[in-house]
Amino acid sequence: MAATDVDIFSNEEKRNLSLGGHVGFDSLPDQLVSKSVTQGFCFNILCVGETGIGKSTLMNTLFNTMFENEEASHYQNGVCMRPRTYDLQESNVHLKLTIVDTVGFGDQINKEESYKPIVDYIDTQFENYLQEELKIKRSLFNYHDGRIHICLYFIAPTGHSLKSLDLVTMKKLDSKVNIIPIIAKADTISKSELHKFKIKIMSELVSNGVQIYQFPTDDDAVTEINSSMNAHLPFAVVGSIEEVKVGNKTVRARQYPWGVVQVENESHCDFVKLREMLIRVNMEDLREQTHARHYELYRRCKLEEMGFKDTDPDCEPFSLQETYEAKRKEFMGDLQKKEEEMRQMFVNKVKETEAELKEKERELHNKFEQLKHMHQEEKRKVEEKRRELEEEMNAFNRRKVAAETLSLAQPLKKDKDKKK
Amino acid sequence: MTTNIRYKSRIPIKSDETPEEKQYVGFATLPNQVHRKSVKKGFDFTLMVAGESGMGKSTLVNSLFLTDLYKDRKLLNAEERINQTVEIIKHTVDIEEKGVKLKLTIVDTPGFGDAVNNNECWKPITDYIDQQFEQYFRDESGLNRKNIQDNRVHCCLYFIPPFGHGLRPVDVEFMKALHEKVNVVPLIAKADCLTPNEIKKLKDRVREEIERFGIKVYQFPECDSDEDEEFKQLDKELKECCPLAVIGSNTVVEARGQRVRGRLYPWGIVEVFLSVCVCVSVENQSHCDFVKLRNMLIRSHMHDLKDVTCDVHYENYRAQCIQDMTSKLTQDNRMESPIPILPLSTPDVETDRLIKMKDEEVNCYVIMGNITYTG
Repeated sequence: MAATDVDIFSNEEKRNLSLGGHVGFDSLPDQLVSKSVTQGFCFNILCVGETGIGKSTLMNTLFNTMFENEEASHYQNGVCMRPRTYDLQESNVHLKLTIVDTVGFGDQINKEESYKPIVDYIDTQFENYLQEELKIKRSLFNYHDGRIHICLYFIAPTGHSLKSLDLVTMKKLDSKVNIIPIIAKADTISKSELHKFKIKIMSELVSNGVQIYQFPTDDDAVTEINSSMNAHLPFAVVGSIEEVKVGNKTVRARQYPWGVVQVENESHCDFVKLREMLIRVNMEDLREQTHARHYELYRRCKLEEMGFKDTDPDCEPFSLQETYEAKRKEFMGDLQKKEEEMRQMFVNKVKETEAELKEKERELHNKFEQLKHMHQEEKRKVEEKRRELEEEMNAFNRRKVAAETLSLAQPLKKDKDKKK
Repeated sequence: MTTNIRYKSRIPIKSDETPEEKQYVGFATLPNQVHRKSVKKGFDFTLMVAGESGMGKSTLVNSLFLTDLYKDRKLLNAEERINQTVEIIKHTVDIEEKGVKLKLTIVDTPGFGDAVNNNECWKPITDYIDQQFEQYFRDESGLNRKNIQDNRVHCCLYFIPPFGHGLRPVDVEFMKALHEKVNVVPLIAKADCLTPNEIKKLKDRVREEIERFGIKVYQFPECDSDEDEEFKQLDKELKECCPLAVIGSNTVVEARGQRVRGRLYPWGIVEVFLSVCVCVSVENQSHCDFVKLRNMLIRSHMHDLKDVTCDVHYENYRAQCIQDMTSKLTQDNRMESPIPILPLSTPDVETDRLIKMKDEEVNCYVIMGNITYTG
C-alpha cells in the first residue's frame, strides 16, 4: 500500500449520495465471511502458569476435547515452550488451533530468567511474520501465522495476592501479547475470599502498570456484555473433563465429599464467562489486536533498530525503497572500506615479511663471508705448516744421507779394527 | 483417647494378698508423681511453620490451637516480594487446659519461597535452628544451670502446595537442609482443592519422592507390644496417611444445624473437624486429615517430638560442635589433652593473666637456678 493511495481519498471532499434502488453491495460482508470460512481460521493460545496448575485440563474443558498431554515433571532445568497444533471443525468452520505450553515455569529455585524463553518465542513468531512480509515473493495468505493471539496467565489461588514471579512475567509480556489473567483451581477459594482476591489482583496490576487485555466496548453489538465482563476480571475458573451425574443430568464437574463443583454453573465459577469472551465473542478481535497493535509495535521497533525511518531530517516521507537503497549504499560502502583495509593490511604484511627476509639474507651472506675468510686463514696456516714440515723432512733426509755416507766409511774402519 | 487414659491403665491394681506374699514395694506410683511434678512445672513446645505464602499456615495454626495469633498481620504486595528475604518471627502464648500449662512458641517464616530468586532461601531458617542449639549448648555447659530456657525447635510443619504434581525442587532442597536439624512433618496444604482420588495420588507421589530423594521426615515411633489396640490402630492409620492433607479455617459456619469451623462454598461446606462424613459421597471419610494432625501433634506425640529433638538432633549438633572444636584446638597445638570441657564460655581474662604471671615466675626461677648452677 503506497502512501499515495490514501492521499486521494483524504483530499477530496466526501459526498453522501442516496441510492435509487437496491444495488447489492450489502452482500460484501457475506462474501467476506464465506471467503474466510473456506480459508479456515487460525488461533494461537499461549498458556503460562506453574506446573500442575491446570493448563491442559482447562484447554481440554474449553474445547471439549482431549488434547494429548503428558504430565510435566517439576524438575526441568529451565522453561521450555511446547507448541502443538490441532485441526478442529465445528459446523463447517475449520479452526487451526495452536496451543503453546510453558513447561517448567515456576519450578526452578532461581526464577529470574523464567520469562526469557516466553518472550523469545513470541518475538520469534513476530520475526517470522515480518520476514515473510518483507520477502519479494511472498504468500501471506498461505502463511501459517504462528503469532500468539492470546496469553492466558494462570494465577495460583493463594487467596492473598499475585506472586512476585507473576508480576515480573506479566510486565514483560504485556506489550507483546494480549494477556487475560485467570485464577486457576478456583474451587479452593470461598466466595468472600474470591471477591477480595480479585480486587487485590486488579489493584496490583494497575499500580504496577501492567496492561491486560480489555474486551472492546466500541462495537454496539457487544458493548454491554463486554463491559460487564471487564468487571469480572480475572476469571476464576475450574476445569474438568470428568462427568458427574447431578439431578438427572450429566455435567462436567469435580466431585468432592462435601459437594459437586459444576464447571458450567455460573455461581460456582467463571468458566462460562471465559468461554464466552474468549471463543464466542472476541476471538476475531483478539486476532486483530495482535496484528494491529502488538505486531505493529514489534515491527516498528525492529525496523527502527535497523535504521529505517519514516521521515528524513527534512520531514519528507521516506519510502521503503529509498531507505533500502540508502542502506544498501551504506552497506556497500562499508564493505568496500573493509576490503580496502584488509588489502592494505595484507600489503603491509607482505612488505614486512619481505624486509625480514632481506635482513636474514644479508645476515646469512655475512656469515658466509666470515666463514670463507676463516677457511682461507686456516688453509694458509695449514699450507705454512706443510712447508715447514717439508723443510724439516728435507733437512732430515740430508742428514740421513750424510749419516749414511759417514756410516759407510765407518764400517771399513770397524772391520779393520775387528780384524786386528 | 487421651494420654491420661493410657498410662493409668498401667498402674497395677492392688490385690488383697498380704504384703509378704505380694512383696509390694510401691514404686508403681512413680508415674503419678511424674504427672504431678510435670503439671506443676508446665510444658513448653516450639513449633515452626514453613512454606510459601498463601498456603494457609496461619489459618492452620489458628485452627490447631483455637486462638487467633495473627490479628494484626500485614501482608506484602507482589512487587515488594520480588527480592524479599526470609524473616523469622516468634509468637509466644501461654495456654492452659485442665490445670496443665503449655508455653507454646510458634516460629513463623514469612517470605520463604516468595522472591523471584530463591537460592538458599532456607539459610536464615537453618541459621535460626543452629542458633537455638548453640544457645542451649552454652547454657548446658555453663556453671549455673538452674533456669535453662529451651528454645530449640521441636517440630517443623512444612506446607506442600497441592497445585502441582508432587514435590518441587525448592521443597526438596528445604527439607534436605532441615531434616537433620529438626523433626520435619510434611503437610499437603489447602487440601480442599483435591478430590479424594487426587489426594491419594498426590500422597503416593510425595511419599515416593521423599524416599527417592532420601529426605528423613519425622517417623512415628513404633508401638510397644503392650499398648492397647485402639492406640495401635490409630498409630497404623497415622503412618499410612503421611503426608497429612490438611484444611484450616478461621471462620465458623452453620452446618447440619450446628456451628462448626469450616469453609463455606456455593456447592457445600467443608468441615475442618469432621471425622465422619455425612453427605453426597458413598464412603464415610473425613474431609481432611486435620483431626489426625491435631491429635498427633498435641495429644499423642508432642512429647516424642521433644524427645527426638533432644536425643537425636541436639546430640548430633553437640557431637559435631565438639568435634569441630577439638580439631581446631589440635591444630592450634595449645593443649595436649583432647576434650576440653569448658571451652565455650569466653576465656576468663583474669585467670589467663594469672596463669601467664605464674608461668613467667617459674621461668625466672629456672633461669636463676641454671645461672647458679653454672656459676
